[in-house]
Amino acid sequence: MIAFVAQTLRIAMPYLFASAGGVVSERAGLIGLTLEGYMLSAAFCAALGSYFGGGPWSGILAGVAGGALVGLLYGVCSIRYRANQVVVGIAINLLAIGLTRFLLRLTFDSSSNSPRIPGFTEHGTGLLALVTNPLAWLGVLSLPVVGWLLYRTAFGLRMQSVGEHPEAALSVGIPVNRVRWIAVALSGALSGLGGAYLALDQHQFTDQMTAGRGFIALAATIFGRWDPTRVSIACVLFAAAETLQIQLQGAQLIPSQFVEMIPYVLTIVALAGVVGRSVPPAALGRASQ
Amino acid sequence: MTRAKLEEALLPPVVALLVALLVGDILILSFGQSPGAVYWQLLEGTWGNAYGFGQVLYKATTLTCTGLAVGLALRAGLFNIGAEGQLAAGGFAAALVGIALPAGIPSLVVLPLYVVASSLAGGIVGGIPGVLKARFGAHEVITTIMLNFVVLALLNYLISTRFKVHDTLHTAELKSGAVPRLSDVFPAFHGSAANAIVLLIAVVVVAAWWFLFRTRAGFELRAVGLQPEAAEYGGVSVGGVWWKAMALSGAIAGIGGLNYVLGYKRYYEEGFAAGAGFLGIAVALVGRNHPFGVVIAAILFATLSQGGLAVNALVPKQMVDVLQAVVIISMATAVPEVRRALASLRSREPGAGSREIAAVPETQP
Repeated sequence: MIAFVAQTLRIAMPYLFASAGGVVSERAGLIGLTLEGYMLSAAFCAALGSYFGGGPWSGILAGVAGGALVGLLYGVCSIRYRANQVVVGIAINLLAIGLTRFLLRLTFDSSSNSPRIPGFTEHGTGLLALVTNPLAWLGVLSLPVVGWLLYRTAFGLRMQSVGEHPEAALSVGIPVNRVRWIAVALSGALSGLGGAYLALDQHQFTDQMTAGRGFIALAATIFGRWDPTRVSIACVLFAAAETLQIQLQGAQLIPSQFVEMIPYVLTIVALAGVVGRSVPPAALGRASQ
Repeated sequence: MTRAKLEEALLPPVVALLVALLVGDILILSFGQSPGAVYWQLLEGTWGNAYGFGQVLYKATTLTCTGLAVGLALRAGLFNIGAEGQLAAGGFAAALVGIALPAGIPSLVVLPLYVVASSLAGGIVGGIPGVLKARFGAHEVITTIMLNFVVLALLNYLISTRFKVHDTLHTAELKSGAVPRLSDVFPAFHGSAANAIVLLIAVVVVAAWWFLFRTRAGFELRAVGLQPEAAEYGGVSVGGVWWKAMALSGAIAGIGGLNYVLGYKRYYEEGFAAGAGFLGIAVALVGRNHPFGVVIAAILFATLSQGGLAVNALVPKQMVDVLQAVVIISMATAVPEVRRALASLRSREPGAGSREIAAVPETQP
């Protein structure tokens, strides 16, 4: 049972970070297709930071900086130049894959993985490893903090209004684009923590190591209806399903491919509104004038 | 095409290519190579010999299908991000037909069956998000991307449990329906994957153009893409156009699966569609959602893909992945910017064509 909880939390960690970034981004009106790219770039930066900076803390810093930087690139295209967010989002993911591969060859002369990097956990993969990993604590806190930011601070209220109706927000004097710039950088930084967690947890960067986790985080964001509490539950739910599948592998009750589908199918069902309609922020994907 | 339209269509790709060239220079220099030599090698390895050109032609064929699929949906104001899953489903359906039917059936009978099976499979995968959008208003960007993962997992399940040849990731070979390779006719193409499916796809491209610009249904589709409320007022069923456009888009992507399964390998293999869906978005974007533009853009992106392999001895082939992404980003960023710049330029000229600019829809990236 403890092993189950520990493994679920371990799998949920990147989802919690990245979907916290997803909530921030989408609530401010910027589509979160880029979460995957943020995480992958940040995982690579974290590996660089930890390898050359001599420890996990410099890895985290580098990861956060890398994620935020890619977030700002998204901002330049979609806020400054009002480019189509879907196209730019997809392209940023492609850029992240290509650039991390290229830089992997350039810095470590490898096409698959970095050398071993220092991380936090030297205690294996159990509960002990989790509670001694400061990043895991941050991960548990990430969505509650976003919830506090969103519902309890002036900035959060501004963010919501920018995501729902930018023109109205502008008319009452809210600097719409500045709010979006902050949101997009914050979203990159939060997702970046998720990428850093992955690299440090596995003690290396491997090619395409995020493996679609950014899209699962996006699924959790939508399935959780852009509300931090519900999104946390969605993340843990998706992670628990994966854990169950791993632990029951011998039993072969449900083929693993069907467990993989769960987050995506649930999200499609939620969007179609079969049980309780999932309604996105009204101005999602729309640039303000 | 008027001069104003031509300027607006051609300026962004030129800007995007220049930016990509510049980024490419930086990447090449970081590896201690000379940009001129690498770019020359890239051209030499693709357009400089029959094998390279055959490979470009082969890759461009698949990309034309996914690009056309994305472009046609965009003409209806819809984003189809699921072309990868539709392509894979089309290829898998063709493989099923090839395995199920006995050998010796004349090609003339069996080839249409392959086309029907692949387009049907792709059409169903594409049609589902269309129906969800028309019936429930579920946003197609998210449903197509999520359905991608579902379809790929489902195919993975079917292959790994039922259809794979032992110790491989592919199905058994198709028994019927020979499709000539280009090298059967021109021996110089020996070794390249280019095959006669390219002719089929050429017909699809012309048919798509005819449909979009010469038929009533195509006009309705474009009307919905430009201004759904106005189209509805004019008597068009917007929901109907939505799901039909998505199904048609998926069917075109599905036919693309024939290029690999029927024309090249003669079996379905896991991962053959990887990346082709997202590149289809790039192709549609650079080709400005016009069937003939899509062909040109597909050749451009196929040249980059194949060129990466050609320069791999000098710089890592991953360089072209970066360049492709840079082309998309700068293109997406340049389109609205160029439109605004041209509009403000023309508004200063008397009697200028700024009205045409204003008519371009918001949904078109």
